[in-house]
Amino acid sequence: MDLALAPETLARWQFGITTVYHFLFVPLTISLAALTAGLQTAWVRTEKEKYLKATKFWGKLFLINIAMGVVTGIVQEFQFGMNWSDYSRFVGDIFGAPLAFEALIAFFFESTFIGLWIFGWDKLPKKIHLACMWMVSIGTILSAYFILAANSWMQHPVGYKINESKGRAELTDFWLVLTQNTALAQAFHTLTAAFLTGGAFMVGISAFHLLRRKHIREMKTSLRLGLVTVVVGGLLTAVSGDTLGKIMFEQQPMKMAAAEALWDGEAPAPFSVFAYGDVDAGHNKVAIEIPGLLSFLANDDFTSHVPGINDVNKAEQEKFGPGDYRPNIPVAYWGFRWMIGFGMTSFAIGLAGLWLTRKKFLLPQHLRVGEDEVPHVVLFKNKALGPTLTRWYWRIAIWTLAFPLIASSWGWIFTEMGRQPWVVYGVLQTRDAVSPTVSQGEVITSMIVFTSLYAILAVVEVKLLAKYVKAGPPELTEADLNPPTKIGGDSRDADKPMAFSY
Amino acid sequence: MELHGVWFVLIAFLWTGYFFLEGFDFGVGILTKVLARNRPERRVLINTIGPVWDGNEVWLLTAAGSTFAAFPEWYATLFSGFYLPLLIILVSLIVRGVAFEYRVKRPEENWQRNWEHAIFWTSLIAAFLWGVVFGNIVRGVKLDQNFDYVGTFWDLLNPYALLGGLVTLTLFTFHGAVFTALKTVGDIRVRARKLATGVGLLTAVLALVFLLWTQVEGGDGKSLVALVVAVAALVAALVANQVGREGWSFALSGVTIVAAVAMLFLTLFPNVMPSSLNEEWSLTVTNASSSPYTLKIMTWCAAIAAPIVMLYQGWTYWVFRKRIGTQHIAAEATH
Repeated sequence: MDLALAPETLARWQFGITTVYHFLFVPLTISLAALTAGLQTAWVRTEKEKYLKATKFWGKLFLINIAMGVVTGIVQEFQFGMNWSDYSRFVGDIFGAPLAFEALIAFFFESTFIGLWIFGWDKLPKKIHLACMWMVSIGTILSAYFILAANSWMQHPVGYKINESKGRAELTDFWLVLTQNTALAQAFHTLTAAFLTGGAFMVGISAFHLLRRKHIREMKTSLRLGLVTVVVGGLLTAVSGDTLGKIMFEQQPMKMAAAEALWDGEAPAPFSVFAYGDVDAGHNKVAIEIPGLLSFLANDDFTSHVPGINDVNKAEQEKFGPGDYRPNIPVAYWGFRWMIGFGMTSFAIGLAGLWLTRKKFLLPQHLRVGEDEVPHVVLFKNKALGPTLTRWYWRIAIWTLAFPLIASSWGWIFTEMGRQPWVVYGVLQTRDAVSPTVSQGEVITSMIVFTSLYAILAVVEVKLLAKYVKAGPPELTEADLNPPTKIGGDSRDADKPMAFSY
Repeated sequence: MELHGVWFVLIAFLWTGYFFLEGFDFGVGILTKVLARNRPERRVLINTIGPVWDGNEVWLLTAAGSTFAAFPEWYATLFSGFYLPLLIILVSLIVRGVAFEYRVKRPEENWQRNWEHAIFWTSLIAAFLWGVVFGNIVRGVKLDQNFDYVGTFWDLLNPYALLGGLVTLTLFTFHGAVFTALKTVGDIRVRARKLATGVGLLTAVLALVFLLWTQVEGGDGKSLVALVVAVAALVAALVANQVGREGWSFALSGVTIVAAVAMLFLTLFPNVMPSSLNEEWSLTVTNASSSPYTLKIMTWCAAIAAPIVMLYQGWTYWVFRKRIGTQHIAAEATH
């Protein structure tokens, strides 16, 4: 059969498209929920108007984004059964539980309290209204945790036994599934990367307004918040990435060998900066390497042995029988590099930004600015950057917005494709996981439908985001500044229009 | 009762919750073209469910996720077998969710009108297709010895299932109309009640035929009781609507949905998806279920989480308890 149309190829493309697309919205949702809640907390505590304006502005962008996240998430819940029914039969006893937990505990939380937050400005006292946003934030984080625990089980199955007579895997230790080191490290890495993403989003959009000298008060606050989030999030993403990497060296040596295009085991093992190789022959033609660094990434020393692709392939053939146990090496290799490259570039830009726009106590008198002025971009002690460089600084900050999104997309492509040919590592191969009776025509139909629908919605969403980004924070009204004191609203005027309506 | 029996009841409960809650959401979506005469009225309708539709939809995700966890074979067979209807439902739910959220975000006439078309059609299609899906589950479909669906898309469009689709479509529209009567003020409230009478009578006829057909094909004493309750509640809802008891009317149309779904699940038990090819190949609560350990964990989770969910969702309805009318809708989107 033509390999390009093998059932699992189509199903994998579909899963890849729908999941990477869904995950463009997820990190923004997670981080913007918390950041918006943080800004709203600042408003409730200080009553400074700039915080309320910023809350409304970022909250609006958050809502445009979460709408897409929610609806594309429904597809995720359905498609295991639709395209991967044999997977579902085999792992449902284990994999279904975290999904059900996610729905029961996290989705209800998010979706119910988001409704209260959107429509609650004139119905809830401000502290309760604020609490709703924090509930949403907690919901998004819990949701991420449960689904990552489920994914971690695919990366490193634990707490189960195989029931031969039923032909499936069965759960023996749910607590272990939820708390194994893979799940903790993946959750830590994904959540910190989410904050890097949201921080960069905030930095980029604040820079857009500051470059045009608009909405300066709110955007200066947002810029600082974004920069700090980028730096803290980026640093923790790197730390958690290192932890997760070490775990993967142990649990999936093939994935990490592929990530490095390390064909044959070496001691000490070098880190590859650039490689171009021949997959069939199993070696690199061109390789630029840093000696010993890979040993350090794997084992915290500069001398130890790291197994290569050919070694692991042989070991797996001995363990699981004949076959090719190598993933797509170029995708793993470059995916790993794009993930780290784009992620760490955004972190570096954030770190630079934090220094360049530092606050007044670190600046000489003549470079300090008032509350309504765009900050100077100051590299050295006494001199601000010239107008051209300053403009470029803001432009680069705007582009940074996209970097963590690219990084997390490649991160998922790397981690999922690096696990191939397994869908559950060492337990179930991807080709045995597809729905046996779903026809090629049906899969192609759904793929065309989802891809075109998602493309249209992407255009709609980006245009809408752009419109609201350009519009900037709204002017506050009398009602905004006088939130109700009673639940259900203060009924002074029965015919008063709702503060927000669809 | 053994745990898989408990979970059969819980899955039925989750689907009932979904059809009760999103049932009126779908109904309200359909009424935007049937009842509303202009944009302010359409917006009144949409805003009666504005704060709650998203939370209501999670009942579906929970029903699907719990089916995956408690009855993996059922989940796998249902979702792979009913591939195209579920694809259409998915597309409807995606477009519908975005439509609610985005419609108000631009002032252009075209933009708003297109999203309004979307709300109507996606509500209508989803309301109809859920009936088709459940009709087929109850009737039984072509499952082979591996519990895989081997029929075609067209097999799913049989008269019984299509009638089921018409029942959910009309029942949800009726449910939406009595909900609208309960949640609005002014002219639209009066017209919602009038419309509810017409739609309700049509629903009563369709539902009676469908439920009797179900009873004749596979019913027993218990399902007959549920049938009687469903039909009696629907008639009582119509009467309550006629005499202007809107709260009662809505509660009773809710009872109709609960009893009708209960009847379908009672007819189904102990199967979860009967095979029309060979009885041996039917999925049952026993051969489709997860291990006792998984079911035990799930039971704890549901026992703790479900009541809390119902409490805070209930609280949401209380916060937004006021009726709304065209005077409450600001001419321009404020924020």
